[in-house]
Amino acid sequence: MSLLIPEVGLLFWMTLSFGVVFFILAKFAFPVISQGVEKRNRYIHDSLDAAREAEAKLATLSQQAEALMEQAREERKALLEEAAETKKRIEMEARESALAEVGQLKNKALAEIEESKRRALTEIKDQIVDLSVKIAGKVVSEELAGDKKQKELIDRLLKEEVIYKS
Amino acid sequence: MRQRNKRWFGVFLFLLAVWMPIGSAAEEVDVKEIVFEHLGDSYEWHITNWGEKEIGIPLPVIVKGRESGWQVFSSSRLHHGAEYNGFYITHEGAYAGKVVERNAQGEEVRPALDLSLTKNALALLINSAVLLLIFLPLARWYRKTEYTPPKGFKGAVEVLLLDVQEELIRPCIGEDYKRYAPYLLTVFFFIFINNLMGLVPFFPGGANVTGNIAVTLVLAFCTFVVVNVSGTKEYWKEVFWPEVPTWLKVPLPIMPAIELFGVFTKPFALMIRLFANIMAGHSVILGLICLIFITASMGTAINAGMSALAVVFSIFMNLVELLVAYIQAYVFTLLSAVFIGLAKVKAH
Repeated sequence: MSLLIPEVGLLFWMTLSFGVVFFILAKFAFPVISQGVEKRNRYIHDSLDAAREAEAKLATLSQQAEALMEQAREERKALLEEAAETKKRIEMEARESALAEVGQLKNKALAEIEESKRRALTEIKDQIVDLSVKIAGKVVSEELAGDKKQKELIDRLLKEEVIYKS
Repeated sequence: MRQRNKRWFGVFLFLLAVWMPIGSAAEEVDVKEIVFEHLGDSYEWHITNWGEKEIGIPLPVIVKGRESGWQVFSSSRLHHGAEYNGFYITHEGAYAGKVVERNAQGEEVRPALDLSLTKNALALLINSAVLLLIFLPLARWYRKTEYTPPKGFKGAVEVLLLDVQEELIRPCIGEDYKRYAPYLLTVFFFIFINNLMGLVPFFPGGANVTGNIAVTLVLAFCTFVVVNVSGTKEYWKEVFWPEVPTWLKVPLPIMPAIELFGVFTKPFALMIRLFANIMAGHSVILGLICLIFITASMGTAINAGMSALAVVFSIFMNLVELLVAYIQAYVFTLLSAVFIGLAKVKAH
């Protein structure tokens, strides 16, 4: 039965120790801990929000980057196509101009050849004439020696020559 | 074999020293005395008996005699019924185990005031120091660091603290919970630490502190004060003028009487619940351990069998008590918080 009767001494010590513990903890421990935890929770919350925001921003940015890349890729493709076309055109033009030049050169060469041929023929003709004249002259001079007719011919030829020359 | 048994018991005795205020297994074992001696309080902290020698910590006896006034002396002066300055420890009667003196008529009476630092009082002081040593470093951590959660033991304490605050105090009290959190947290950890220390079988622990009615009385009284001081107008109206048919209130105030009675029974139930639970736990473990010594005279086989059984059961009981230590602290805090929450009712 004595267990059920509170002792004054123990009541005193209990009140004292509980009171002191309560005073110290309520003043120096629990509020500090509570505030610290609350502050940390707020910080974590804010950080999470910021992280989420950053993530969203990053997503938009990467989307934009992707779009830019796509655009660049298309541009490159277009440029390449254009370049290929230009190349083809330049080649074609080059070939055409080359052909044209070649044709011109050929024509010129042909003309020159024709000209040379004509000149050579003329020269040959002249030489042949000269030669025949010389030979004929010689032949004529041999036959005309001492003959009257020949004297007449010479005179006439001279006359013609003189007339022609004057 | 018997000799070896006895030595083995000696080791066991040492481990469960505080619960085992008996010398050797050979004597007749008075289980009731052992259990009651432990459950009650004592003027010295008995640790163990080593052979014939008693080992214990003498504690200061602080008494105010009815005629001799204040006296402070060591409890070792009252050993084995010795008398000092007219004070001695009686072993029978209503004051068995307490310091008494004789009045002018030669009757045995208690001193006018007995504020001795008894075993339970010292245990209270030690456990309070433990409590402070647990929480002040954590508070210092938060004063020094920002945003970094503590690790290790401090972290574990913080988790428990936050759990009690957020899962128990907050839902029970509501928005105003921060005003009551320090009190309720102190109550929770005070009871919890005292319960746990009571389960440690040797010196700094082992005292039946929360199984002492004086301790639970103070705790319950504090809750009573907090509840009724924070009572709103609506709360008092519900006590003295509850919403029941008028004939239950006038002319005979039946309901107000019941309600008023309830105001006192709530903390009373808190007091009895904690006291009875912890006391019963200690008794059961003690009884199981005593089984070993009771069966010591029944032959080696029975003794060995019963010893093994008792050890297994007391391990089991200790685990249960570990759970009870938490549950009772939780329940006390929970009900205190619920009562405070009920006292803060708003008019509906």
